[in-house]
Amino acid sequence: MTAWLRERMVLLLGLGVLAYTFVPIAVVVLMSFNEPAARNVYSFDGFTLHNWANICEDAAMCEALGLSLRIGFLATLVATVLGTLAGFALVRHDFAGRSSANLLIFLPMAAPEIVLGSSLLTLFVAAGASGLLGFWTILIAHIMFCLSFVVVTVRSRLAGLDDTLEQAAADLYATPAQTFWRVTFPLVLPGILGAALLSFSLSFDDFIITNLNSGNETTFPMYVWGAYRVGVPMQVNVIGTLMLLFSLAVVVTGELVSRRRRRALV
Amino acid sequence: MTQAAQAVPETATLAAEPSGSRRRRGRTGYLLMLPATLWLLLFFVVPFYSLVATSLFDASGSDFRGYEMTYAWGNYVDVVEAYWQPFLRSLWYAALATGICLVLGYVLAYAIAFKAGRWKWLLLVLVIAPFFTSFLVRTLSWQLILSDEGFVVDALQFLRVLGPDDRLLATPVAVVAGLAYNFLPFMVLPLFASLDKIDPRLVEASSDLYAHPFVGFWKVTWPLSLPGVVSGTLLTFIPAAGDYINAEFLGSTNQRVIGNVIQGQFIDANNSPVAAALSVLLMVLIVAMVLVYVRRAGTEELL
Repeated sequence: MTAWLRERMVLLLGLGVLAYTFVPIAVVVLMSFNEPAARNVYSFDGFTLHNWANICEDAAMCEALGLSLRIGFLATLVATVLGTLAGFALVRHDFAGRSSANLLIFLPMAAPEIVLGSSLLTLFVAAGASGLLGFWTILIAHIMFCLSFVVVTVRSRLAGLDDTLEQAAADLYATPAQTFWRVTFPLVLPGILGAALLSFSLSFDDFIITNLNSGNETTFPMYVWGAYRVGVPMQVNVIGTLMLLFSLAVVVTGELVSRRRRRALV
Repeated sequence: MTQAAQAVPETATLAAEPSGSRRRRGRTGYLLMLPATLWLLLFFVVPFYSLVATSLFDASGSDFRGYEMTYAWGNYVDVVEAYWQPFLRSLWYAALATGICLVLGYVLAYAIAFKAGRWKWLLLVLVIAPFFTSFLVRTLSWQLILSDEGFVVDALQFLRVLGPDDRLLATPVAVVAGLAYNFLPFMVLPLFASLDKIDPRLVEASSDLYAHPFVGFWKVTWPLSLPGVVSGTLLTFIPAAGDYINAEFLGSTNQRVIGNVIQGQFIDANNSPVAAALSVLLMVLIVAMVLVYVRRAGTEELL
């Protein structure tokens, strides 16, 4: 028994840490079924499906959610395209200023959000655009901070790529364009999709930068921030649960697809 | 391993330059790089310049009347005098949270890398899963857990760790715990990335040579995992130092951090020069600490 325990102690401790990270998540899921007795809730008062059936009971929350989804989608799209191009440039091409480019990509990830957010705000104010703060300024900011993460993800996927497949394609008289679209791109695609998922969740989740550059617009995290003093509606927990389920579904599907493909190759 | 799960540890390693194979010269490289470079120059580099400029404006102006550029270096002296406390508090909370994350994160990353076997990918997915539930919602959830009526306080009071009137919410303990919780994945993923690369035969060799497992760990595994330790601590410390969501949700006005002050000065007080000076100062302090730290750890090639 003690030998068994000693053998598995590290694993058990690790699983303990992992379980701890799920405590608040469990509370979020539980609270999504809560029927609160008062507006400011600190306990589970009763089970109900009401929150799930009436997600948009608070119209302001759903409006904020809609804005977050729109911005998340557009920011992901632009950041993924620009970031993928840059990733290819950094791994596959040689050009003057490569190391400066790498530094430029790295720095936004190393700066605290409050600094990124306040810099952008001073720029918008200096450019006389303080009246224009809103959808477009949020979008610009989100593309900016998602971009580096996309570049780094695509870059490492590309760098880890075995280039014998591409050489084989070239040996078999494929044109460079054919080689790219039939071999290289499908191999890099999982990395690009992973980067897109990461971008979306970064954008959807951002509060600090958005809060400084949003003018009168309210994103979902800003709604939660504004509502918390008076007590957030239980539907916020439904959204939290749905986000978790959505991303788990994406990740697990991706894994299953790539397993099947690997099996097909063998 | 899942691509998305894999993407994150790779992203999380700061190691800048993966060794590429043959690279093509010519115009295409510039064209591919151009859009991203322009975007970052316009919305990251130029804004930083305007932040520094704003911090030197005459602070007696206002956002409505406009400011005068007077190279008011005195702004910096003023903000240090007025706000050195939240400044130190931010750095201190972030350092404590980073320490806690390092301990918890190392255990978890080690277990996944060496003990999880074929469940590795599943555990990695579970590490990032909480990360996909909104940051603010997660932190509110902690507020609920640590609240005076919550089970944690009840249990600690029962065990006499806390007195009957003591509380957890609105204390530094809650803020640091929240920070340590929220930034844990940033620690685990780079640690995992570097632990996973370690050849287990090296550790076996140390035990073949009669090294005690602890000695083997200290002389073999730990030094080889240092790049992960350095990136992990940086990726945790930097965002934690700028964060104010945890301080707001889990602390009280006595736990105000520099992020609270900066956003308050920008948005509520409309005092851009003061807020800008604080931001610049935060950035300079963090860069200085990072440089010293990286040099100490002897892993300069990371940057």
